Amino acid sequence: MAGGKVNDGPRILVFSTDKISDPAIDMAGLLKLHYPPTVYTISIPCSSAVKPRWILHALEQGFDGVFIAADGTDCPYGESCTEKTGQVVSTTMQMMKDKGMDPARLKMAAICSVCSEPFVNHVKSFSEYLRKSSNS
Amino acid sequence: MKKKIGVYICHCGGNISDYVDVEKVREAVKNEEGVFLAKTTMFACADSNQKEMVEDIRKEALDGVVVASCSPKLHLLTFRGVVERAGMNKYNYVHANIREQVSWAHSDNKPGATEKAIQVVKAAIAKVRHAEALEPIKVKSTKAVAVIGAGVAGMRAAIELAEAGAEVYLIEREYFVGGRTAQWDDLCITEETGKELVTRLYDEVMKHKHVTLFTGAELVDYSGSVGNFNLKVKVTPRYFKLQCSSDELQKAIEVCPVEVPDEFNFNITTRKAIYHNYPSEYPQLPAIDMKNCTRCGECEKVCSSVDFSQKTEMLNLKVGSILLATGFDPYEPKKGEFGYGEIDNVVTFPQFKRIVHYCDDKLMYKGKEIKHIAYIYCVGSRQVDGENKYCSRYCCTANIHTAITVKKKYKNIYNYHFNRGIRTYGKAEVWYDESSRLGDIYLQSFEDHPPVVEKRGDQTFVKIRDILTTDKELEVAADLVVLVTGMVPRADNSIGNLLKVPKGRDKFFNEIHMKLRPVETVIDGVTIAGASQGPKNIMESMNSALAAATKSFSLVDSGELALEPTVARVNEEACEWCGKCEEACPYSAFEKVEKNGKTIAKVNAAVCKGCGMCLPVCPENALDLIGLSDEDVESMIDALIPNA
Repeated sequence: MAGGKVNDGPRILVFSTDKISDPAIDMAGLLKLHYPPTVYTISIPCSSAVKPRWILHALEQGFDGVFIAADGTDCPYGESCTEKTGQVVSTTMQMMKDKGMDPARLKMAAICSVCSEPFVNHVKSFSEYLRKSSNS
Repeated sequence: MKKKIGVYICHCGGNISDYVDVEKVREAVKNEEGVFLAKTTMFACADSNQKEMVEDIRKEALDGVVVASCSPKLHLLTFRGVVERAGMNKYNYVHANIREQVSWAHSDNKPGATEKAIQVVKAAIAKVRHAEALEPIKVKSTKAVAVIGAGVAGMRAAIELAEAGAEVYLIEREYFVGGRTAQWDDLCITEETGKELVTRLYDEVMKHKHVTLFTGAELVDYSGSVGNFNLKVKVTPRYFKLQCSSDELQKAIEVCPVEVPDEFNFNITTRKAIYHNYPSEYPQLPAIDMKNCTRCGECEKVCSSVDFSQKTEMLNLKVGSILLATGFDPYEPKKGEFGYGEIDNVVTFPQFKRIVHYCDDKLMYKGKEIKHIAYIYCVGSRQVDGENKYCSRYCCTANIHTAITVKKKYKNIYNYHFNRGIRTYGKAEVWYDESSRLGDIYLQSFEDHPPVVEKRGDQTFVKIRDILTTDKELEVAADLVVLVTGMVPRADNSIGNLLKVPKGRDKFFNEIHMKLRPVETVIDGVTIAGASQGPKNIMESMNSALAAATKSFSLVDSGELALEPTVARVNEEACEWCGKCEEACPYSAFEKVEKNGKTIAKVNAAVCKGCGMCLPVCPENALDLIGLSDEDVESMIDALIPNA
């Protein structure tokens, strides 16, 4: 975990989607629903587009956790998104296990375009989990 | 790799700089690799700054630009336009969101917000370093718009769209058009009635061959996206044939044994299961309310137009844009709120309007003549403890206008206005003046001391500590207490849930930006109009309806939409055709081709939607999205790590 900085909480990288979860994360800001400032977002078109290597890269470079804010059934690209995003997660978790990483450092939840509160709750609880696991 | 990047960090007035030290951000990024200039600006979107950016790009020959400001949903297109005007390809522009996702989200932690802003801007710089000049992809769009809601805003929008040349499907859930305005009598300023206004709009709607009106119709499902939405609309029949004689209808209504509260009159009267809200209502054909009909068959015996064989239909419509004009509900006070539901002569403002409509010579309510009327303002609006913090805007004006109407229509009326500050803004100020000249009494309190309504014996009293008379406690014996209720979002928000249209803090539909993109939502192709977006009077609803119609039309007009060129790209050297990309693609955008003696995958760019579902399945990592390569993503990840 990065030390000596103002933001010394667990660092979480969020893969969010342009059309669905980005608006929810924006609205969380609009509504001043606070969450840790160590949560960073990279926008992608669809959650099923996340490559396992990006997740591993983030974890290896210093992120404590990766959160995929998935489109779920709202995906504008079709119903198969949920299943395909699930496959990305399970494949990556296996790769994480092989590398001796805690697979729980990767989390996925469906975040719809108005799911601001669920997003904030998810990243807060994920941050708490990562904090506890880094101390144990 | 870019070597002359311009970075602009926005204060957004104070929306960003109140929480993020923008100067510190500038200092932290000015020496990043490739950054040629880094500036802070009070409003990046202001004309003056846009001009300065154009000059910088031209004079310094910048090859990439980053603006760190609000959400890209708001200004990505603005700044792409700026760089294009300076002669730069717009895909050499990258937007960093340091307002919604930084300053506002972390307004509780200023140092934390500043540090995050630095990393977010560094990530945008990392991305723009690898940016490529690209051209947008063109797709066909359907020149048709679905307007949901045939109130005044919906009808006005439908007329505008049809006149511009679009095919319009006007979809109304009720059996009659006009929405809330149809329930209104005299309108403020014009003295026209709501019914007259609805009639004029309906006549215009029906003149247009390109408008198709569906009543009793509801959008129940949809697929697709901007330019090409596929809608499933459920149309419930009226159970009446198209022609119906008024005599037979009258008999059918008389024999109908069902009597239910009449929502059109805000439940102060009842109606039958066969009904029309008023005789000339449009469409001029009654309907049978099947939720309450007992199917006793009595109406069929006296009216040959009753037709219970009509079936619910499901229609499939294809449109390029959806315009929501679904209106509002009046606030329903809680039981006991200023005596509502407990004291028998306490009514809401909408109910009062209907009472005034039905009383000709004398103002009567529950058999008693009304002379002293107490109006309590801001009921359900500007709440201290409740959720409705907003002002409903129309109620002060509408109520004062009604109070004047009442005073002129009946003899010996005394109006007492218990208010928290009158907001008859704009031209309506003249009504406040007239009411005062006519002798109406205004009593005012702060929100912490609202008026109290109580019944003593047969009499109802309204008591207030009036700040206009140095906090004196004053009391009025009222024959009728009118609660001037505001607007709330529709209780049934099924369409908002279906389309996933975001709601604001007030729970009304939320626009992208109140001033700059006031009728667009974050759902591409879905626009909003009228009071579905927040409290509005009719004039304001018309303004927004025209704006939303124009915006929706702009999406469908040319029959073609320019989409992001973010499509999949195959690394031909790495690809060893295995077919997994073809399996993963929901759009069949891949084909197997032979090239230089090797079997590889080829992307059909016109079919690829740029979802990226193919990326993770490639065992050779031979696939990328243009603008989202491994290099792009991994360099952003690296930049987001503070110690990197």
